[in-house]
Amino acid sequence: MPKYLLLKHYRGGPEPHHPFPPMDQWAPEDVEAHMAFQRQVIEMLEENGEYVGAEALTPTRTWVRYGGPGAAPVTTDGPLPETSDLVAGWFMIDVDSYERALEIAAYASSEPGPRGEPLYEWIDVREIMSGPPSDG
Amino acid sequence: MVDEPAGRGDGGPADRAPDVALGGFGRDLIPRVLASLVRRGEDFDAAEDALQEALLEALRVWPEHPPRDPRAWLAAVATRRLVDARRSDAARYRREEAMHAEPRPVVVEEADDTLLVLFRCCHPDLAPASQVALTLRAVGGLTTREIADAFYVPEATMAQRISRAKRTLRGRRLDRPGDLAVVLRVLYLVYTAGHTGPPTRIDLADEAIRLARQLILATDEPEARGLLALMLLNHARLPARFDAEGRIVTLDRQDRSRWNTGRIAEGVRILQSALAEQRAERPPGRHQIEAAIAALHDDAASAAETDWPQILSWYDELVALTADPVREDPAAVLGRAVAVGHVLGAAAGLRETDRLRQVIGDRHRWHAVRGHLHELDGDLLAAADAYADAARRATDVAERDHLVRQAARARATHRER
Repeated sequence: MPKYLLLKHYRGGPEPHHPFPPMDQWAPEDVEAHMAFQRQVIEMLEENGEYVGAEALTPTRTWVRYGGPGAAPVTTDGPLPETSDLVAGWFMIDVDSYERALEIAAYASSEPGPRGEPLYEWIDVREIMSGPPSDG
Repeated sequence: MVDEPAGRGDGGPADRAPDVALGGFGRDLIPRVLASLVRRGEDFDAAEDALQEALLEALRVWPEHPPRDPRAWLAAVATRRLVDARRSDAARYRREEAMHAEPRPVVVEEADDTLLVLFRCCHPDLAPASQVALTLRAVGGLTTREIADAFYVPEATMAQRISRAKRTLRGRRLDRPGDLAVVLRVLYLVYTAGHTGPPTRIDLADEAIRLARQLILATDEPEARGLLALMLLNHARLPARFDAEGRIVTLDRQDRSRWNTGRIAEGVRILQSALAEQRAERPPGRHQIEAAIAALHDDAASAAETDWPQILSWYDELVALTADPVREDPAAVLGRAVAVGHVLGAAAGLRETDRLRQVIGDRHRWHAVRGHLHELDGDLLAAADAYADAARRATDVAERDHLVRQAARARATHRER
């Protein structure tokens, strides 16, 4: 069974399908519905035996690279300072097929936003390369 | 984002097989057996490895064949492991041998032994993560796998962390008294790890309480009792800290009937016995003070009945422990700011937090406290902004979600006005 990494981003992907305000400006009941949906996606994946892991990331980001011999590491907020490539979190899933991975990603993207409208959030679907296990 | 944390610490998860296998008392034997092996001349590093193997064997064998004398069993099996290792004999001893292990006489200096092993594991030369891992294994009697699970790292990573820690300590004597303050800090780290992140099969807060119980048998130091009291008094509220959906419920909104009154009574009793020993030249330390504050919260029948003036006076003592509390103990100053807000008014509380802006102004808790104080002040828009700022900086999913909800709720209430 192939494994896929579904990357969620802060705000849309290439272009937000439709823009939405930050969550702290939503109606409280919309916030609740959104969070309940996130829990429900994980429960569904667990029940199907497709869940491997899920984590959220804080929005603070630092890019770092080797600074050269004897020099301090170079850090920056990012070579691409837009927020569109900022990863917010991921699901790791173990599924029967590529098609199933797309289906799950599309479902995750239907998460409710303000007034219960789907967010149409872009999800970056990446297959995990197989190889020798790193840890028994 | 994972399982709901509701009911954490509420008697612990159901599948705690190791404790059942060890009859609930076996783990407390681990540091004593370890110390007796070392006192007999065995190397700490090798003895600890051998004992871990004996423990794994016990988990396998004891459920069906409970030993007459668990301590002698563990010592005998660990000894056999050490002999096997010395012979470089890879052959595993047979299970029957393990089952009929002969008891050996052991030296009885139990309390001191636990303390010496604790000092060893909490050696100041070790990094905090290593101190915690080694303490959980050599004193707590947890398996490497259980510790790895509790901290979400692969078992091989945790095994490596533990063996590196033991290598660092190689050649050092076990009989030296260590730094009790470091031991207390390590136990508190274990405890707080049990209060953040999703629940695991091993309840670290329970483990920390168990370790602290062992510690107070080994030392009369009031601060050790203060630490145990603090853990019990905070842990008592855990059943009410999350709702059925795993959402955080703040202290002022908790269903106080769900608090564990047994833990509160025990915590208060232990705290009183510690405070009774205070003298002019030895005022209560940090853990006793924090326990006293926790006890005052636990003692209030409702949020409105909280004795804030008395809490504030304990915070005054807490910040007086350091010469420059803003820099050395900003958490105490922040806690005091909340108490100031409730006693002298929200504006006064906010002024107190201003002093901390340079030091912890980038931390989520600073913004969350500001949100609370703005709300107390009736300024819901400022409260919503502060909660949103806090949410962006939070590093715990449950806490982040809670802060987003607080922001949305404050904004919505503001719009309705």
